[in-house]
Amino acid sequence: MSGQTLFAKVWDAHVVAPETAATPATLYVDLHLVHEVTSPQAFDVLRERGLRVRRPDRTVATMDHSIPTTPRPARGPQLISDPEARAQIERLERNCAEFGVKLHALGDDQQGIVHVIAPEIGLTRPGMTITCGDSHTSTHGAFGALAFGIGTSEVGYVLATQCLLQRRPKTMRATMDGAPTRGVTAKDLVLALIAKIGTAGGTGHVIEYTGSAVRAMSMEERMTVCNMTIEGGARAGMIAPDDHTYQWLAGCPEAPKGAAWERALAYWRSLQTEPGAAFDRDVTIDVSALTPMITFGTDPSTAIPIGSPVPDAGGDPSRARSLAYMGVEAGKPLLGRKVDVVFVGSCTNARLSDLRQAASVVKGRRVAPGVRMMVVAGSQQVKKHAEAEGLDQIFRDAGAEWREPGCSMCIAMNGDRLEAGQYAVSTSNRNFEGRQGQGGRTFLASPLTAAAAAVTGRITDVRELMAG
Amino acid sequence: MEPIRTIVSRFVWLPLDDADTDQIIPARFLKTTSRVGLGAHLFADRRGPDFPLDQPDAKGAKVIVAGRNFGCGSSREHAPWALADAGFSAIIALGIADIFRANSIKNGIVPIVVDAAFHARLAADRAAEVVIDLDKLTVSIGKDGPSAPFVLDAFSRHCLMAGVDELGLLLAQTDAISAYEKRVEAAS
Repeated sequence: MSGQTLFAKVWDAHVVAPETAATPATLYVDLHLVHEVTSPQAFDVLRERGLRVRRPDRTVATMDHSIPTTPRPARGPQLISDPEARAQIERLERNCAEFGVKLHALGDDQQGIVHVIAPEIGLTRPGMTITCGDSHTSTHGAFGALAFGIGTSEVGYVLATQCLLQRRPKTMRATMDGAPTRGVTAKDLVLALIAKIGTAGGTGHVIEYTGSAVRAMSMEERMTVCNMTIEGGARAGMIAPDDHTYQWLAGCPEAPKGAAWERALAYWRSLQTEPGAAFDRDVTIDVSALTPMITFGTDPSTAIPIGSPVPDAGGDPSRARSLAYMGVEAGKPLLGRKVDVVFVGSCTNARLSDLRQAASVVKGRRVAPGVRMMVVAGSQQVKKHAEAEGLDQIFRDAGAEWREPGCSMCIAMNGDRLEAGQYAVSTSNRNFEGRQGQGGRTFLASPLTAAAAAVTGRITDVRELMAG
Repeated sequence: MEPIRTIVSRFVWLPLDDADTDQIIPARFLKTTSRVGLGAHLFADRRGPDFPLDQPDAKGAKVIVAGRNFGCGSSREHAPWALADAGFSAIIALGIADIFRANSIKNGIVPIVVDAAFHARLAADRAAEVVIDLDKLTVSIGKDGPSAPFVLDAFSRHCLMAGVDELGLLLAQTDAISAYEKRVEAAS
């Protein structure tokens, strides 16, 4: 008999009722993360039907999507000028109070982007099932959890029953071997993977990332890779836990302690994919051959090596539309194109190591005239640590904006947005039409490449700015 | 949710690939705390005289025919809410993204993936009505025209045809859920 995959081990351990031809499996959810945008209608359903939150102890909320990232007042609550956003945030506060759900609200030192704070607090742990009404829930798979985004109806189901009805997905193994060369980051690896498999390549699958490059990655880098899994169509990405994982967790406030830690560690160590385990699909990336990547179009699979020419639409009308929307020309590289905005932030690339990378390029330089650079830490904890290292000062000295944590310009629903026609290099995850503001045009790239664009005012190969 | 057995309707030809949920309902409309009224903002940033949804013959259509990977991106259920609110009850496409598919079924929208050959026949007959039959799991062009089977798992079909809400089914498993919790807590 062939060995089991990491995915199979986690899935099997959470089956309350098995799948049949007529019905999906009933799958137990260990941790449910909640935010202000996709939860109000779910709490309404509970209220309409007279239900309680089944496990408030397995439910944690924060506010991130619609909150302002402007400086917080020294005392008193953050002022939210947008009445709709304010109503949504107040609704979350009322819902959490009424249903007994822990909330990391504005002013809490563990507030931040939901996918940044849960791993920081130690809520995200190997072997768990994790859901959230947000597609980038895939981020938590970096810890060997099965984590996926759900819609608001399902948010209601998990609140009420701690379970979901799910068909077992297929599995894909993405093997990333080799050492990255200078200037190549986890973001570049995952952009290269999505370019290879396409935006729907992972549909119906859970991806397990493996290989020497993945084993060498820090937890923050692994989170960047798993975060972008959904952009390749797969709802969840997973990485088997190892010493990087255990070291991260050992420093977290909510991680198990003492004997409970030893028991947990023994379980976590058992979560490896066994030799001979079968995957429905295999894909490989030779990491040593990669260069920094950047997207040219309006979906994340349009990533190319930074010096390469934009490919021809090849008679594909959707691709032709995408080139026209972006105002880019086939046959020419993006290098040298002027940019208006640089956004360093989001659940993809707003952790401490991302800010360090961006700062390493910005240090001793100035943001180019006419360019707006926004740096938005992923959480209060990231912001605090970055400030302790003086990263904020590097950004401020260069003329960049150092803002409060939140989703900000990644989703552009809090007032942080591109104006029509503007070009941005963004460390976020989506370059869809209008994603960062109506009519705005987004090039996705790593924090290094984004910072290089900020200081030169143009799309630049960051390796030209790096020492050595 | 209203039970669905058959849908007979003209269709809107919207052959976009990767029509992401940000296009279907832009994020600035997500500040609502309600499920209703989003139809007015469907494809808000794409609307205009050239857009298929704005053509006179799109009025009253219950079906959209799209390209590859419809509904990719954000998990926002606001996308099927907006589609349902605008009167749509089926998406026929060359591919449909996973989260959107799950959200659609919960809102009375039938997700139908067809092959390129059938898609091309739809393209060639854009004034026709399509007949979607959930009993037979077929989609046809006109009552007696070309027909194609589509895949929908038995449970999703049952939910759509009976107008069943999954929450009721999960609540009926409360004892099994409690037993699972006891078993896991005893083992840890």
